[in-house]
Amino acid sequence: MLEVANLEVVYNEVILVLRGLSVQVPDGQIVALLGSNGAGKTTTARAITGLLDVHEGKVTKGSVTWNGAEIGEQLPAKIVESGISQVMEGRRIFGELTVDENLSCGAFTNRANMNANYERVMDLFPQLKERNTQVAGYLSGGEQQMLAIGRALMAEPKLLILDEPSLGLAPMLIEQIRDIIVDINKQGVSVLLIEQNAMMALSIADFGYVMESGKVVMDGPAQKLLNDEDVQEFYLGLHGDGGERKSFRDVKHYKRRKRWLS
Amino acid sequence: MINAFLQLAQVGTGATLVQTLLKSFALGSVYVLIALGFVIIFKATQVLNFAAGALSMAGAMFMTILISDGGLPLLPFGNPLAPAEGETASVVLFFVNVLIALALAALLGLVIERLAIRPMVGQPLFAMAVITLGIEIAIRPFNLDATALEGRRLGVPWGASSWNWGDAVVPKSYIVAVIIAAIAGAGVLLFFRTKLGVAMRAVAFDQEAAMAQGINVGRVFAIAWAMGTALAALGAIVYGMAPFPPGGSVSQEIHPLLALRVLPVIVLGGLDSVAGAIYGGLIIATAEVFAGQYLSQWNSTLGSGYSTIVPYLVMLFMLLVKPYGLFGTPEIRRV
Repeated sequence: MLEVANLEVVYNEVILVLRGLSVQVPDGQIVALLGSNGAGKTTTARAITGLLDVHEGKVTKGSVTWNGAEIGEQLPAKIVESGISQVMEGRRIFGELTVDENLSCGAFTNRANMNANYERVMDLFPQLKERNTQVAGYLSGGEQQMLAIGRALMAEPKLLILDEPSLGLAPMLIEQIRDIIVDINKQGVSVLLIEQNAMMALSIADFGYVMESGKVVMDGPAQKLLNDEDVQEFYLGLHGDGGERKSFRDVKHYKRRKRWLS
Repeated sequence: MINAFLQLAQVGTGATLVQTLLKSFALGSVYVLIALGFVIIFKATQVLNFAAGALSMAGAMFMTILISDGGLPLLPFGNPLAPAEGETASVVLFFVNVLIALALAALLGLVIERLAIRPMVGQPLFAMAVITLGIEIAIRPFNLDATALEGRRLGVPWGASSWNWGDAVVPKSYIVAVIIAAIAGAGVLLFFRTKLGVAMRAVAFDQEAAMAQGINVGRVFAIAWAMGTALAALGAIVYGMAPFPPGGSVSQEIHPLLALRVLPVIVLGGLDSVAGAIYGGLIIATAEVFAGQYLSQWNSTLGSGYSTIVPYLVMLFMLLVKPYGLFGTPEIRRV
């Protein structure tokens, strides 16, 4: 189980991005982390996987624990070894390498089971099998996303963090990716799904968090969030009564639970 | 028949042509070795290593200290593999000493990476490149001080001796140079197919994404610098063998500029391409040697100056026609 507690992250020593964020990902579940641009979703992913350093970011308060062990200060390589993999926002595949070489990079920390994991990835993504010797930069957007997910799976993670997997993909491909996430979860991998596409995320998640300016402002079982009026208004684009847009000011009433005691 | 044609074309005898070709290959081998050093460091770190000149010469210095002084640098005890006073080493001992010198050069590369490059990870590439320039300037005085004016012997067992193939005189060092470069080139090509080599290319492409895969970027940098420095050192050592201009020693005048002469090679071949380094080295060396051999008779204003200019002309032309070089990778991006 991944537990992020009261996390505070500062960029460049001045920009406070996360202000006491608390999120939990129980084993075997899909947890959605929703929020608009700049809410701090990607920063959360970076804090969990040890990539804050690259962006001059620092954890100033709070903790990230993975199965009871603190992982906040560890190197990215150690965190991958301990079973957390991330599919970064914008896919970030190695465009000059072939598909197979990309997958081999994903298996950097887990060489022993490479062949088994390779078979597993190819079963999940038959499209990659046909193109395994091609240069990854020339794959289509959907295939690149599949490759990015496959690459992360090569490390045989127990927790997969997906940062905006639907970004820039056609609706049909989003559905395909969504089904794949469910399949991966069924194989026993917990998933932290970071999304702006709330409909897609909540439709498969067990639990959801809504973030706003560095804090969780709302959480609950996915079904409950889907039915929530405010979530519908702001994340699903549905306008309940009469189709008229509500003013943002009127809606800012949802509970702001104090979390520093949690 | 061929000789008649050659005479007609005023390029001398067939033997001259064979010798010139061989010299091209030998010089090309030196260029290939040093260019491979550039390419490996560039591929991993995206930094053009301006310290290559000083580092390669330092590697050759380690060799002369091992062979002609018989001591390991910085250590009080001597080198058991060094030849006795006034003698030259046997061929086997010579090559063992070359390997030790390369190991020391690799160590130097590691130290530099740790002290000067690692703290700069994530900083602008330009800053890193300027730091390598600083390293060059910092190491050069040590090299110059250690070589003294007359240069230091490398103690090559076969000296300047040569074989005769028909009319052509074939220096043994040239053949050795070609063999060494072939082994090194094949080794580097194979390396980039291994786990670590693929990881190195991944790091070059996207450091952060590579870190997210669990690749230890610091370790990849260190290995790249160790390999790059050792290859550059090997190039400088080979260049120290007899019929090459330094004449069997490490020269204060010629060696510091050697890496600079490889610049056209990597521009021609492409900064990030192993194949480019190999072809580029051979092409530039051929152009240089042939210009020196044949053009100097044709017009005496420049004399041997032709061989200095021609590589840069080729480079200039290349930059205009194909800025990424023959085999360099243009950025791959889906639009």
